[in-house]
Amino acid sequence: MNWEAVIGLEVHCQLQTKSKIFSGAATAYGAEPNTQADGVTLGFPGVLPVLNGEALRMAVTFGLAVGAEVAERCVFARKHYFYPDLPKGYQISQYELPIVGKGKLDIELDDGRGGVTHKTIGITRAHMEEDAGKSLHENFSGATGIDLNRAGTPLIEIVSEPDIRTAQEAVAYLKKLHQLVVYLGICDGNMQEGSFRCDANVSVRRKGEPFGTRTETKNVNSFRYVEKAIEYEIQRQIEVIEGGGKIIQETRLFNPDTGETKSMRVKEDANDYRYFPDPDLLPIVCTPEYIAAIRASLPELPEAKRARFERDYGLSPYDAKTLVSSRELAAYYEAVVKASGAEPKLCANWVATNLLGALNKIGQDIDTSPVSADALAGLLKRIADKTISGNGAKEVFEAMLAGEGDADSIIKAKGLVQITDESAIVKAIEEVIAKNPGQLAEYRAGKDKLFGFFVGQAMKATQGKANPDALNRLLKEKLAG
Amino acid sequence: MSLHELSLRELGEGLRAKKFSSRELTGHYLGRISQHDKALNSYITVTADRALAQADAADKTLAAGAGGALTGIPLAQKDIFCTSGVRTSCGSKMLDKFIAPYDATIVQKLDAAGMVMLGKANMDEFAMGSSNETSYYGPVKNPWDLERVPGGSSGGSVAAVAAGLAPIATATDTGGSIRQPAALTNLTGIKPTYGRVSRYGMIAFASSLDQAGVVAHSAEDAAVVLQAMSGFDPRDSTSVERPVDDYISGLGASLKGLRIGLPKEYFAEGLDPGARACIEAAIKVFEGLGASVREVSLPSSPLSVPTYYVVAPAEASSNLARFDGVRYGHRAEGVHTLEELYKRSRGEGFGAEVQRRIMIGTYVLSHGYYDAYYLKAQKVRRLIYDDFRRAFGEVDLILGPTAQSVAFKLGDKTDDPVAMYLNDIYTIAANLAGIPAMSLPCGFHQDLPIGMQLMGNFFDEGRMLNAAHQYQQATDFHKRRPQAFA
Repeated sequence: MNWEAVIGLEVHCQLQTKSKIFSGAATAYGAEPNTQADGVTLGFPGVLPVLNGEALRMAVTFGLAVGAEVAERCVFARKHYFYPDLPKGYQISQYELPIVGKGKLDIELDDGRGGVTHKTIGITRAHMEEDAGKSLHENFSGATGIDLNRAGTPLIEIVSEPDIRTAQEAVAYLKKLHQLVVYLGICDGNMQEGSFRCDANVSVRRKGEPFGTRTETKNVNSFRYVEKAIEYEIQRQIEVIEGGGKIIQETRLFNPDTGETKSMRVKEDANDYRYFPDPDLLPIVCTPEYIAAIRASLPELPEAKRARFERDYGLSPYDAKTLVSSRELAAYYEAVVKASGAEPKLCANWVATNLLGALNKIGQDIDTSPVSADALAGLLKRIADKTISGNGAKEVFEAMLAGEGDADSIIKAKGLVQITDESAIVKAIEEVIAKNPGQLAEYRAGKDKLFGFFVGQAMKATQGKANPDALNRLLKEKLAG
Repeated sequence: MSLHELSLRELGEGLRAKKFSSRELTGHYLGRISQHDKALNSYITVTADRALAQADAADKTLAAGAGGALTGIPLAQKDIFCTSGVRTSCGSKMLDKFIAPYDATIVQKLDAAGMVMLGKANMDEFAMGSSNETSYYGPVKNPWDLERVPGGSSGGSVAAVAAGLAPIATATDTGGSIRQPAALTNLTGIKPTYGRVSRYGMIAFASSLDQAGVVAHSAEDAAVVLQAMSGFDPRDSTSVERPVDDYISGLGASLKGLRIGLPKEYFAEGLDPGARACIEAAIKVFEGLGASVREVSLPSSPLSVPTYYVVAPAEASSNLARFDGVRYGHRAEGVHTLEELYKRSRGEGFGAEVQRRIMIGTYVLSHGYYDAYYLKAQKVRRLIYDDFRRAFGEVDLILGPTAQSVAFKLGDKTDDPVAMYLNDIYTIAANLAGIPAMSLPCGFHQDLPIGMQLMGNFFDEGRMLNAAHQYQQATDFHKRRPQAFA
């Protein structure tokens, strides 16, 4: 049968402010339990929330980056439910009037033939809210521990339109969103620490039919799990319907060990959240001047940067995409180009292939790279001015990674300076030819393969330091007689 | 004259002239508390040691020739304000063992002004009540007649001040909780404009209505302490960033040309003829002082009580959700499940009136009822606000009754919540609109005090206090004290 899935994603993205959304308590991850919980976090009697201006700025930044309307007036609402890690008995969120309205995100998909296709995914809204704490069920001999360090961490919840049709599209959307929020500097993107979390709404229908009943799969916290959970859920729903069953609206939980989702609670059990505007917080008014100032400070976004890299540096779409994958990498690359004065294409090869490959091997990021952009530029300068050969450069680079110094001192210490003085190369060639009259005669008689022999001998004579281009050219001339 | 009969100004002068020390003054009040409070039950907690330490510090300041108008003067704090290291019960079993870890902004401010806290005043549980009969710590008695209620929810504050167990007290007003008890105990009580005094550290009942103020023997006393309490607080997003007028220096102005409006809806059916007679006499006094009087209309007035009893419980049901037995407050013993923990802790910790309001509030915010109740109430609230906006286009102050009659007897209305709720019929509108309002003594009926209410435009506390002060210069009702506590 002609099945089609309809998928919408809700992403909870922690804003990387230093303090909480409504108090001065710190937000750093991994502190001792409850050491970052002040009176407001604990929901003490009499305390009041005060909005963190930085959280608002970040939410507005996101809205502008996805081309959404930023609300001139938005309102915080209380969402009520009882749970021990929710100290006030309500979460301060936004309901009817969120900060960010409709926007969109363009994604790229493999077309299966080595090319790409583009698709636009609508963003319904994004709203600000506070994170809850954590309930710890282990190591308390049957009791539950409550850690409120995370409670009150600012979040934006980004809700997509049901525009997504496959698990692959869902992953592409998530990766794009992830890249964007990290680029904007509003989220650290750390999925393991829960800085970027995803709930997936999935339903299936036969093509052309209205939407089916959806299920919500909670907290799928890696790109791979999202793909697996959605694929599992699509398959499960199709099987239920084809088996004559009905899908019930429910919340499901993904189990990464089995790759399956299982029912957590059905809709009827769902809380009535009793939303109402929080009387402790006045409506937030964003003036056109405030929004304009944030718009003016938006960083160059990945799409624009990629187009510029292709245009200004003559890079291939593939290299450009790789290099703009993070803001730090793109900045590193541009610093290398600027400092080395070398061919941008050569710089791209070195950064995208040699450097990233090496970092990957040693488990480092671009911002912790043992070879700085300036240092790499120092090496590329020597390639560009032909001081060293390509092979020599690789050797120098390895030494730089190992912390043996800058390019010039390594080249000197290892004696890797190329011989570019043509008279010296000619002298070596002439000696080789003089020593090998037999091979010369055979070569001249048509045995072209012997060219390699002469290259080897001449290189040997120069201890491998001859510039290979010059050596090849001069050798050809001399052998021709 | 005894120390407890002096005005705040006289106390301040006496302290600075070294006629008596703050320790002596504080000791005097602590003595009166131990002598009389068994009969009244106006304090939940008496903080004698803390008070004497504060008094000694004040005496040091005064000896150095420093300090201000309030240095060394004692007060009672309503037990709704968090006081660091001192039990802050809010009149509830839920918080019977709760020692607040921080000071409310107003506690900080009054401490900084050199005031001496005698203790924490009794109140209706979570400020929900009009008779101080819902307190976990038992009802407070009216010093004018121990069989009668002092009003609520600030019943402890008014009883303590009226009986001379504190020269002045803080109080809070969500629907009349300062003004109604002030009226029933012959005191002057003021609820300033919403946003004038910080709510930080004041345990929330209904956040959009709650406002702190004072109860005192005179407008002048009230002005001095209100001055010290008021002002913008960055920790309260609803506090207003606007300078505080100088209430004290404004107390000399003539009332010539002052336009007073009498809302016809407030003089309609339901007002006791004895109360009406006192208020009508007071109007004549104001006219004699040069004010002009005209009738105004607040047509949405009849909607105040129903609107309030949607908005206030809705906010209360939300504000009180934090009392879950998990982090502080009453926790039921012997529970086995999370649900049992919640149900039993809250069931045991909250009294009947609080539970009733949580249920009403939960209902009006529920899916399917929100539009019909909460949203509708918000719209009516706007109409009430518009009424006042219009009226203040024509007049400077509005004058009317504070309560329908004199203090009623303990137990008279405890079985009839609606009759109890109607106590606030004249006071609620000011909270819904956010305007300042006060009550001041204007006579006696059947030997019991009658209060009248003045309402002012936003941030017009100064004008209101001066009108009350001028009236008190021309009358002496406010000077009368209950005989039993001379």
